[in-house]
Amino acid sequence: MYLIEETKQLADRVFQIWIRAPHVARHAKAGQFLMIRVAETGERIPLTISAVDGDSVRVIFMAIGKTTTWLSRLATGDTVLDVAGPLGRPSEIKPYGTCAVIGGGVGIASIPIIAAAAKRAGNYVIGIIGARNSALLILEEELAGTCDELHVATDDGSGGTHGFVSDVLKTALQKQKIDCAWVVGPAMMMKVTSMVTKPFGVKTFVSLNPIMVDGTGMCGSCRVLVGGTTRFACVDGPEFDAHQVDFDLLIQRQRSYLNEEKSAIEEYLVHTCQCSGGSPHA
Amino acid sequence: MLERPPRERIHDFEEVDPGLSQEEAVAEAMRCLQCKKPSCVAGCPVSVAIPSFVSAVASWDFAGAAAIIKEENMLPAICGRVCPQESQCEGACILGVKDLPVKVGALERFVADWERAQGFVPPARSQSTGCRVAVVGSGPAGLCGAAELARRGHTVILYESLHAPGGVLLYGIPSFRLPKDIVQAEVAQIEALGVEIRTNHLVGRSVTLEDLFAFDAVLLATGAGLPYFIGIPGEQLAGVYSANEFLTRVNLMRADRFPAYDTPIRRGSRVVVAGGGNVAMDAARVAVRLGASVTLVYRRNEEDLPARRAEVVRAKEEGVNFEFCAAPVRILGESEVTGVTCVRMVVCAQDGNMRPVPSPVEGSSFTLDADLFIGAIGQGPNPLLIREIPGIARGEVGNVEVDPDGRTSVSRLFAAGDVATGAATVILAMGGAKKAALAIDQMLIRSGSV
Ligand SMILES: Cc1cc2nc3c(=O)[nH]c(=O)nc-3n(C[C@H](O)[C@H](O)[C@H](O)COP(=O)(O)OP(=O)(O)OC[C@H]3O[C@@H](n4cnc5c(N)ncnc54)[C@H](O)[C@@H]3O)c2cc1C
Ligand SMILES: Cc1cc2nc3c(=O)[nH]c(=O)nc-3n(C[C@H](O)[C@H](O)[C@H](O)COP(=O)(O)OP(=O)(O)OC[C@H]3O[C@@H](n4cnc5c(N)ncnc54)[C@H](O)[C@@H]3O)c2cc1C
Ligand code: FES
Repeated sequence: MYLIEETKQLADRVFQIWIRAPHVARHAKAGQFLMIRVAETGERIPLTISAVDGDSVRVIFMAIGKTTTWLSRLATGDTVLDVAGPLGRPSEIKPYGTCAVIGGGVGIASIPIIAAAAKRAGNYVIGIIGARNSALLILEEELAGTCDELHVATDDGSGGTHGFVSDVLKTALQKQKIDCAWVVGPAMMMKVTSMVTKPFGVKTFVSLNPIMVDGTGMCGSCRVLVGGTTRFACVDGPEFDAHQVDFDLLIQRQRSYLNEEKSAIEEYLVHTCQCSGGSPHA
Repeated sequence: MLERPPRERIHDFEEVDPGLSQEEAVAEAMRCLQCKKPSCVAGCPVSVAIPSFVSAVASWDFAGAAAIIKEENMLPAICGRVCPQESQCEGACILGVKDLPVKVGALERFVADWERAQGFVPPARSQSTGCRVAVVGSGPAGLCGAAELARRGHTVILYESLHAPGGVLLYGIPSFRLPKDIVQAEVAQIEALGVEIRTNHLVGRSVTLEDLFAFDAVLLATGAGLPYFIGIPGEQLAGVYSANEFLTRVNLMRADRFPAYDTPIRRGSRVVVAGGGNVAMDAARVAVRLGASVTLVYRRNEEDLPARRAEVVRAKEEGVNFEFCAAPVRILGESEVTGVTCVRMVVCAQDGNMRPVPSPVEGSSFTLDADLFIGAIGQGPNPLLIREIPGIARGEVGNVEVDPDGRTSVSRLFAAGDVATGAATVILAMGGAKKAALAIDQMLIRSGSV
């Protein structure tokens, strides 16, 4: 059992929780994730480790399906049954020179820990974050503190630059030399954004988010094609060379359980509406 | 006792074989000839004193029988159910020449189940030695190694990356062959010996190599859980599973009970399984229970199937179709599986292990309609941890090389089970772990740590 030490809603349907998990916190590094299972009947889902403080780790997630909705309803003092981690290879942090760390939507969650590590390694760090609208933007203040410069974009112009993070990145690339970039967000956003860095020859990492089961390399559910070879994102990644990744395949495989996911959340919402009585979110 | 009829059992995950009653067990035990030079014992990888325990059963001394088995085998309820007895003890039984061999497996299982029903009394532990040993992985090798070490007074921490201990016993072998409460009971017995099990700990990540080598000794028992893919076009389609993923979703995550359990699975209406081992049989029979019509494609002949014979027979009874001498070459579909193209194979030569080598027949391709494809063509040792250990000698299949006592090329590091042998069997994993545990114990005594 792992204690939820703090919960907070950051934006529309976006939540952050701090979990006490010393075995994860002790060796967690930028770019790694954990697997969480709320209770005996729960699914194991991967969430990026967004920050570490002592024995605790922070995860930030969007309530989009059954498990994330369930997690969003937990309160401080509640517990989750299982937390495994840290999993995956850490980000390849080196003194590159100038690094851009780019987050889209809830993918922004992964950015602070990478930005902080890149900064510690002596890089000049440019943060670029974006969301559909300003109500969905998260971690702006925190990142403004970590990054040497922070740019914000929204699809509808309600905050920062009107446009996509890829547009902001392109403008930045035309003005200055960037040596390395991290792009984390929805698969389509990662695909488009890494197309921007390619002509500039910028070494670019993306953090892939295929469907996972164990997260330890024993099932192959998370297989992705990178440079034409099959890799397991949970152990060989989740970060890969963006310019080698087959994004279309990733997107196709992410859709494997659409029907089941839909029925799971519908059933959960109906069920919890009828019997949860006082729950604030139900 | 009679097995549950196929018509009934394909609708649930309850055990197929209900086991022997006391009277049946005693009657079966009385068939044993009590050979002076028992070939069954020679056929047993851990040399259980089979005639002695069978004789105890014959005289209704079930507790005595249990004690005899447990001297050599810590997990008899499991081995009685899953060991390939036909090629081990029962295969060597003299009675088998003219008649049926003594059902050693069924007797072993009977004794273990009887003992469990009585309530388990943990054996005495030696006084604490003050030595600390880390065991990595909680499959049969890790469980057995941990138990042997704990009994000798060492402090044992057993790390497991999944949320529950048992390894393949839990996530691989389905409950209709091995009910999960039996695995849990065996794990509980090992915890009762004082072994501390830390789940959700992936060694190499949650526990670093440095942490690991802070122990006085380490037993690596991480198994061979890395699924191989065939490498044919279409393997990335939705509806293509490794047997490991398919079985894990059902056995560990209970996807068969979706949506009561959250993990989904594609059930498929027509399923093609590729492979011929226990893993392939299990995947096929789970798919049957999820409501599919299943075809198993195997590249050699029926008599070459490496799976336990009894399980092949049961798979057939449950309606699994077999296509022998055939191999998949392409999985068809746009984004989801719609069919599988196979070719006929001829078996022409023999390889180094005297196994027939199949090769494709030109122009023989045919297509099976399918909406699910499950590859069960083998697994290798998970390289995650071992590739990070400096100086570790590795064998052909990525396994860790060990001497007969389980010593690796790295000081104080031992290995046992599938990680050392490549994918093998439960009993070999346990046997290897026991030897390694004894060698660790000797090493600790000699080095004066004790
Ligand atoms: C390494 C890794 C790190 C991740 N980190 C985060 C994180 O920090 N914050 C966060 O909010 N999410 C993260 N994800 C995605 C997250 O795991 C999924 O959103 C989650 O599994 C959804 O579970 P659910 O039961 O709530 O929804 P489900 O019912 O399982 O799915 C609901 C919707 O989400 C989509 N979906 C399901 N699984 C994934 C997936 N793996 N990736 C993308 N979409 C998916 C489905 O197609 C569906 O539309 C990460 C994924 C990976 C692989
Ligand atoms: C579907 C299936 C059916 C089978 N049927 C039979 C049968 O009928 N009879 C038979 O004799 N054999 C059978 N086998 C083979 C048998 O199960 C294996 O040979 C045996 O389980 C090997 O035991 P092990 O302890 O070496 O490894 P495993 O049982 O694989 O256990 C290894 C454990 O280590 C954990 N682990 C791995 N890496 C790490 C790490 N870095 N940190 C922490 N934990 C880690 C894994 O999660 C796993 O729990 C079957 C195998 C499968 C897959
Ligand atoms: S999630 Fe199972 S291998 Fe990666």
